[in-house]
Amino acid sequence: MTEHIDSIRTYTLVLLALLALTAATTLVAFVDLGEFSVVAALAIAVCKMLLVALFFMHVRHSTKLTKLVVLGGLLWLVILLMLTLSDFVTRGWIGVPGR
Amino acid sequence: MGSEAQVHVETLALREQFDTEAQQKDASTLGMWLFLITEVMFFGGMFTAYTVYRRAYSDVFAVASSSLNVAIGAINTAVLLVSSFTMAMAVRAAQLGRRKTLILFLVATLIFGGIFLGVKAYEWNEKFEQHHVPGPSFHLEGVPQQGRAQLFFSLYFAMTGLHALHMVVGVAILSWLIWMAHKGRFTAQYNTPVDVAGLYWHFVDIIWIFLFPLLYLIDRHLPK
Repeated sequence: MTEHIDSIRTYTLVLLALLALTAATTLVAFVDLGEFSVVAALAIAVCKMLLVALFFMHVRHSTKLTKLVVLGGLLWLVILLMLTLSDFVTRGWIGVPGR
Repeated sequence: MGSEAQVHVETLALREQFDTEAQQKDASTLGMWLFLITEVMFFGGMFTAYTVYRRAYSDVFAVASSSLNVAIGAINTAVLLVSSFTMAMAVRAAQLGRRKTLILFLVATLIFGGIFLGVKAYEWNEKFEQHHVPGPSFHLEGVPQQGRAQLFFSLYFAMTGLHALHMVVGVAILSWLIWMAHKGRFTAQYNTPVDVAGLYWHFVDIIWIFLFPLLYLIDRHLPK
Protein backbone atom coordinates (compact mmCIF):
# COMPACT_ATOMS: atom_id res chain seq x y z
CA MET A 1 0.00 0.00 0.00
CA THR A 2 1.52 3.30 -1.02
CA GLU A 3 0.43 5.89 1.51
CA HIS A 4 -2.08 8.46 0.31
CA ILE A 5 -2.02 11.82 2.03
CA ASP A 6 -5.21 13.81 1.55
CA SER A 7 -5.08 17.59 1.23
CA ILE A 8 -6.18 20.01 3.96
CA ARG A 9 -8.81 21.21 1.46
CA THR A 10 -10.37 17.72 1.27
CA TYR A 11 -10.58 17.39 5.06
CA THR A 12 -12.02 20.89 5.43
CA LEU A 13 -14.71 20.23 2.81
CA VAL A 14 -15.65 16.97 4.55
CA LEU A 15 -15.93 18.80 7.89
CA LEU A 16 -18.15 21.50 6.34
CA ALA A 17 -20.36 18.83 4.76
CA LEU A 18 -20.65 17.05 8.14
CA LEU A 19 -21.61 20.27 9.94
CA ALA A 20 -24.15 21.13 7.22
CA LEU A 21 -25.70 17.65 7.50
CA THR A 22 -25.91 18.06 11.31
CA ALA A 23 -27.80 21.34 10.84
CA ALA A 24 -30.01 19.68 8.20
CA THR A 25 -30.93 16.70 10.39
CA THR A 26 -31.71 19.00 13.34
CA LEU A 27 -33.95 21.30 11.29
CA VAL A 28 -35.75 18.54 9.36
CA ALA A 29 -36.63 16.87 12.68
CA PHE A 30 -39.08 19.69 13.41
CA VAL A 31 -40.87 19.24 10.07
CA ASP A 32 -43.74 16.78 10.17
CA LEU A 33 -42.77 14.03 7.73
CA GLY A 34 -44.81 11.37 9.54
CA GLU A 35 -43.18 7.96 9.30
CA PHE A 36 -40.46 9.40 7.07
CA SER A 37 -38.83 11.49 9.81
CA VAL A 38 -37.04 8.32 10.98
CA VAL A 39 -36.04 7.54 7.39
CA ALA A 40 -34.73 11.09 6.85
CA ALA A 41 -32.77 11.04 10.15
CA LEU A 42 -31.18 7.66 9.40
CA ALA A 43 -30.42 8.54 5.74
CA ILE A 44 -28.54 11.68 6.88
CA ALA A 45 -26.74 9.69 9.61
CA VAL A 46 -25.63 7.08 7.06
CA CYS A 47 -24.30 9.85 4.76
CA LYS A 48 -22.31 11.28 7.69
CA MET A 49 -21.00 7.82 8.56
CA LEU A 50 -19.84 7.30 4.97
CA LEU A 51 -18.07 10.67 4.92
CA VAL A 52 -16.22 9.91 8.17
CA ALA A 53 -15.36 6.32 7.17
CA LEU A 54 -14.29 7.01 3.57
CA PHE A 55 -12.33 10.22 4.17
CA PHE A 56 -11.30 10.54 7.84
CA MET A 57 -10.79 6.78 8.32
CA HIS A 58 -9.17 6.41 4.86
CA VAL A 59 -11.33 3.47 3.80
CA ARG A 60 -11.08 4.89 0.26
CA HIS A 61 -7.36 4.11 0.22
CA SER A 62 -7.51 0.92 2.29
CA THR A 63 -6.60 -2.55 1.08
CA LYS A 64 -9.32 -4.78 -0.37
CA LEU A 65 -9.07 -7.00 2.70
CA THR A 66 -9.82 -4.08 5.06
CA LYS A 67 -12.77 -2.99 2.89
CA LEU A 68 -14.10 -6.56 2.94
CA VAL A 69 -13.80 -6.72 6.74
CA VAL A 70 -15.68 -3.41 7.12
CA LEU A 71 -18.50 -4.58 4.83
CA GLY A 72 -18.58 -7.97 6.57
CA GLY A 73 -18.97 -6.25 9.95
CA LEU A 74 -21.87 -4.16 8.69
CA LEU A 75 -23.44 -7.32 7.27
CA TRP A 76 -23.42 -8.92 10.74
CA LEU A 77 -25.04 -5.78 12.18
CA VAL A 78 -27.78 -6.06 9.54
CA ILE A 79 -28.30 -9.73 10.47
CA LEU A 80 -28.62 -8.75 14.16
CA LEU A 81 -31.23 -6.06 13.39
CA MET A 82 -33.16 -7.98 10.72
CA LEU A 83 -33.53 -11.25 12.63
CA THR A 84 -34.51 -9.49 15.87
CA LEU A 85 -37.03 -7.21 14.17
CA SER A 86 -38.45 -10.01 12.02
CA ASP A 87 -39.55 -11.51 15.35
CA PHE A 88 -40.90 -8.37 17.08
CA VAL A 89 -42.53 -6.81 14.00
CA THR A 90 -44.41 -9.96 12.95
CA ARG A 91 -45.79 -10.82 16.41
CA GLY A 92 -49.57 -10.77 16.27
CA TRP A 93 -49.74 -11.11 12.49
CA ILE A 94 -51.12 -14.63 12.78
CA GLY A 95 -53.56 -15.70 15.47
CA VAL A 96 -52.17 -18.46 17.67
CA PRO A 97 -54.85 -21.04 18.56
CA GLY A 98 -55.50 -21.13 22.29
CA ARG A 99 -54.34 -17.54 22.97
CA MET B 1 31.33 -12.20 10.87
CA GLY B 2 30.61 -10.51 7.58
CA SER B 3 29.76 -13.71 5.77
CA GLU B 4 26.04 -13.68 6.66
CA ALA B 5 23.86 -13.11 3.61
CA GLN B 6 21.60 -10.66 5.38
CA VAL B 7 21.53 -8.97 8.75
CA HIS B 8 17.98 -7.99 9.60
CA VAL B 9 17.94 -4.64 11.36
CA GLU B 10 14.71 -4.31 13.32
CA THR B 11 13.05 -0.87 13.42
CA LEU B 12 9.74 0.40 14.80
CA ALA B 13 8.38 0.58 11.27
CA LEU B 14 9.62 -2.89 10.33
CA ARG B 15 9.52 -5.59 12.98
CA GLU B 16 11.25 -8.87 12.40
CA GLN B 17 8.11 -10.86 11.55
CA PHE B 18 7.09 -8.65 8.60
CA ASP B 19 8.49 -8.58 5.08
CA THR B 20 7.86 -4.92 4.33
CA GLU B 21 6.83 -1.74 6.16
CA ALA B 22 3.63 -1.62 4.12
CA GLN B 23 2.75 -5.15 5.22
CA GLN B 24 3.24 -4.25 8.88
CA LYS B 25 1.10 -1.13 8.52
CA ASP B 26 -1.69 -3.02 6.72
CA ALA B 27 -1.68 -5.67 9.45
CA SER B 28 -2.11 -2.99 12.15
CA THR B 29 -4.93 -1.29 10.26
CA LEU B 30 -6.72 -4.58 9.71
CA GLY B 31 -6.34 -5.51 13.38
CA MET B 32 -7.87 -2.20 14.47
CA TRP B 33 -10.78 -2.61 12.06
CA LEU B 34 -11.46 -6.11 13.42
CA PHE B 35 -11.62 -4.62 16.93
CA LEU B 36 -13.94 -1.85 15.70
CA ILE B 37 -16.23 -4.47 14.14
CA THR B 38 -16.60 -6.12 17.56
CA GLU B 39 -17.44 -2.64 18.91
CA VAL B 40 -20.08 -2.23 16.19
CA MET B 41 -21.75 -5.41 17.44
CA PHE B 42 -21.36 -4.28 21.08
CA PHE B 43 -23.20 -1.01 20.41
CA GLY B 44 -25.41 -2.81 17.87
CA GLY B 45 -27.08 -4.80 20.66
CA MET B 46 -28.05 -1.55 22.39
CA PHE B 47 -29.31 0.04 19.19
CA THR B 48 -31.40 -3.10 18.60
CA ALA B 49 -32.86 -2.96 22.13
CA TYR B 50 -33.65 0.74 21.63
CA THR B 51 -35.37 0.02 18.30
CA VAL B 52 -37.50 -2.78 19.77
CA TYR B 53 -38.70 -0.73 22.78
CA ARG B 54 -39.17 2.47 20.83
CA ARG B 55 -41.45 0.50 18.50
CA ALA B 56 -43.34 -1.08 21.40
CA TYR B 57 -43.81 2.09 23.51
CA SER B 58 -43.60 4.76 20.79
CA ASP B 59 -45.95 7.29 22.46
CA VAL B 60 -44.10 7.31 25.81
CA PHE B 61 -40.69 7.28 24.09
CA ALA B 62 -41.76 10.30 22.00
CA VAL B 63 -42.54 12.36 25.12
CA ALA B 64 -39.36 11.21 26.89
CA SER B 65 -37.17 11.84 23.83
CA SER B 66 -38.63 15.33 23.36
CA SER B 67 -37.61 16.25 26.93
CA LEU B 68 -33.94 16.15 25.87
CA ASN B 69 -32.25 19.44 24.93
CA VAL B 70 -31.86 19.54 21.11
CA ALA B 71 -29.68 22.67 21.03
CA ILE B 72 -27.11 21.18 23.41
CA GLY B 73 -27.19 17.86 21.53
CA ALA B 74 -26.62 19.56 18.16
CA ILE B 75 -23.78 21.75 19.48
CA ASN B 76 -22.11 18.73 21.07
CA THR B 77 -22.41 16.85 17.76
CA ALA B 78 -20.64 19.74 16.03
CA VAL B 79 -17.91 19.74 18.72
CA LEU B 80 -17.31 16.02 18.19
CA LEU B 81 -17.22 16.39 14.39
CA VAL B 82 -14.63 19.17 14.72
CA SER B 83 -12.58 16.90 17.01
CA SER B 84 -12.69 14.22 14.30
CA PHE B 85 -11.43 16.80 11.80
CA THR B 86 -8.53 17.80 14.06
CA MET B 87 -7.74 14.08 14.56
CA ALA B 88 -7.65 13.56 10.77
CA MET B 89 -5.33 16.58 10.53
CA ALA B 90 -3.13 15.08 13.29
CA VAL B 91 -2.82 11.83 11.32
CA ARG B 92 -1.93 13.87 8.22
CA ALA B 93 0.76 15.76 10.16
CA ALA B 94 2.14 12.43 11.39
CA GLN B 95 2.23 11.06 7.83
CA LEU B 96 4.21 14.12 6.76
CA GLY B 97 6.50 13.78 9.78
CA ARG B 98 5.64 17.25 11.14
CA ARG B 99 6.10 16.84 14.88
CA LYS B 100 4.93 20.26 16.09
CA THR B 101 1.80 20.26 13.91
CA LEU B 102 1.05 16.72 15.09
CA ILE B 103 1.23 17.75 18.77
CA LEU B 104 -0.88 20.86 18.06
CA PHE B 105 -3.70 18.88 16.43
CA LEU B 106 -3.58 16.11 19.04
CA VAL B 107 -3.96 18.73 21.79
CA ALA B 108 -6.82 20.35 19.85
CA THR B 109 -8.55 16.96 19.58
CA LEU B 110 -8.05 16.41 23.31
CA ILE B 111 -9.60 19.81 24.08
CA PHE B 112 -12.66 19.25 21.85
CA GLY B 113 -13.10 15.76 23.33
CA GLY B 114 -12.93 17.34 26.80
CA ILE B 115 -15.56 19.94 25.85
CA PHE B 116 -17.87 17.15 24.62
CA LEU B 117 -17.51 15.28 27.92
CA GLY B 118 -18.06 18.47 29.92
CA VAL B 119 -21.29 19.25 28.08
CA LYS B 120 -22.39 15.63 28.53
CA ALA B 121 -21.74 15.90 32.28
CA TYR B 122 -23.83 19.10 32.37
CA GLU B 123 -26.68 17.31 30.57
CA TRP B 124 -26.57 14.34 32.94
CA ASN B 125 -26.56 16.64 35.95
CA GLU B 126 -29.66 18.33 34.53
CA LYS B 127 -31.35 14.90 34.35
CA PHE B 128 -30.64 14.36 38.07
CA GLU B 129 -32.13 17.76 38.93
CA GLN B 130 -35.25 17.09 36.83
CA HIS B 131 -35.73 13.58 38.34
CA HIS B 132 -35.24 12.02 34.91
CA VAL B 133 -32.81 9.40 36.24
CA PRO B 134 -34.37 5.91 36.57
CA GLY B 135 -34.91 5.05 40.22
CA PRO B 136 -37.27 5.69 43.16
CA SER B 137 -37.46 9.49 42.60
CA PHE B 138 -38.08 9.23 38.85
CA HIS B 139 -40.84 11.40 37.44
CA LEU B 140 -41.62 12.53 33.88
CA GLU B 141 -44.47 15.01 33.38
CA GLY B 142 -47.40 14.05 31.17
CA VAL B 143 -46.79 10.31 31.05
CA PRO B 144 -49.17 7.84 32.72
CA GLN B 145 -46.78 4.88 32.30
CA GLN B 146 -43.74 5.96 34.33
CA GLY B 147 -42.11 2.53 33.93
CA ARG B 148 -41.94 2.90 30.16
CA ALA B 149 -40.48 6.40 30.51
CA GLN B 150 -37.84 4.97 32.88
CA LEU B 151 -37.01 2.42 30.20
CA PHE B 152 -36.25 5.24 27.76
CA PHE B 153 -33.96 6.96 30.24
CA SER B 154 -32.29 3.64 31.16
CA LEU B 155 -31.43 3.17 27.48
CA TYR B 156 -30.42 6.85 27.22
CA PHE B 157 -27.97 6.56 30.12
CA ALA B 158 -26.64 3.15 29.02
CA MET B 159 -26.00 4.31 25.45
CA THR B 160 -24.64 7.81 26.13
CA GLY B 161 -22.75 6.44 29.16
CA LEU B 162 -21.04 3.71 27.16
CA HIS B 163 -20.25 6.26 24.45
CA ALA B 164 -18.77 8.65 27.05
CA LEU B 165 -16.70 5.78 28.49
CA HIS B 166 -15.23 5.27 25.02
CA MET B 167 -14.50 9.01 24.89
CA VAL B 168 -12.65 8.81 28.22
CA VAL B 169 -10.55 5.92 26.87
CA GLY B 170 -9.94 8.03 23.74
CA VAL B 171 -8.77 10.96 25.87
CA ALA B 172 -6.32 8.64 27.67
CA ILE B 173 -5.00 7.36 24.32
CA LEU B 174 -4.64 10.95 23.06
CA SER B 175 -2.67 11.93 26.17
CA TRP B 176 -0.30 9.02 25.59
CA LEU B 177 0.08 9.98 21.91
CA ILE B 178 0.89 13.59 22.84
CA TRP B 179 3.55 12.38 25.27
CA MET B 180 5.06 10.03 22.67
CA ALA B 181 4.91 12.68 19.94
CA HIS B 182 6.62 15.09 22.34
CA LYS B 183 9.43 12.54 22.78
CA GLY B 184 9.76 12.36 18.99
CA ARG B 185 8.63 8.74 18.65
CA PHE B 186 6.62 9.29 15.45
CA THR B 187 8.15 9.95 12.06
CA ALA B 188 6.99 9.98 8.43
CA GLN B 189 8.15 6.32 8.32
CA TYR B 190 6.54 5.22 11.58
CA ASN B 191 3.20 6.72 12.67
CA THR B 192 0.95 3.66 12.95
CA PRO B 193 -0.14 4.37 16.58
CA VAL B 194 -1.45 7.81 15.55
CA ASP B 195 -3.20 6.36 12.52
CA VAL B 196 -4.81 3.51 14.45
CA ALA B 197 -5.86 5.76 17.37
CA GLY B 198 -7.44 8.01 14.74
CA LEU B 199 -9.56 5.08 13.52
CA TYR B 200 -10.78 4.54 17.09
CA TRP B 201 -11.59 8.23 17.61
CA HIS B 202 -13.53 8.46 14.33
CA PHE B 203 -15.43 5.28 15.21
CA VAL B 204 -16.60 6.82 18.51
CA ASP B 205 -17.67 9.85 16.46
CA ILE B 206 -19.74 7.62 14.15
CA ILE B 207 -21.54 6.07 17.14
CA TRP B 208 -22.57 9.57 18.25
CA ILE B 209 -23.66 10.40 14.67
CA PHE B 210 -26.33 7.69 15.14
CA LEU B 211 -27.07 8.34 18.83
CA PHE B 212 -27.89 12.02 18.29
CA PRO B 213 -30.82 11.63 15.82
CA LEU B 214 -32.13 8.43 17.42
CA LEU B 215 -32.21 9.78 20.98
CA TYR B 216 -32.83 13.51 20.45
CA LEU B 217 -34.54 14.04 17.12
CA ILE B 218 -36.85 11.48 15.60
CA ASP B 219 -40.02 12.34 17.55
CA ARG B 220 -39.71 16.12 17.54
CA HIS B 221 -42.35 16.64 14.85
CA LEU B 222 -45.08 14.95 16.89
CA PRO B 223 -47.65 17.21 18.62
CA LYS B 224 -46.99 17.50 22.33
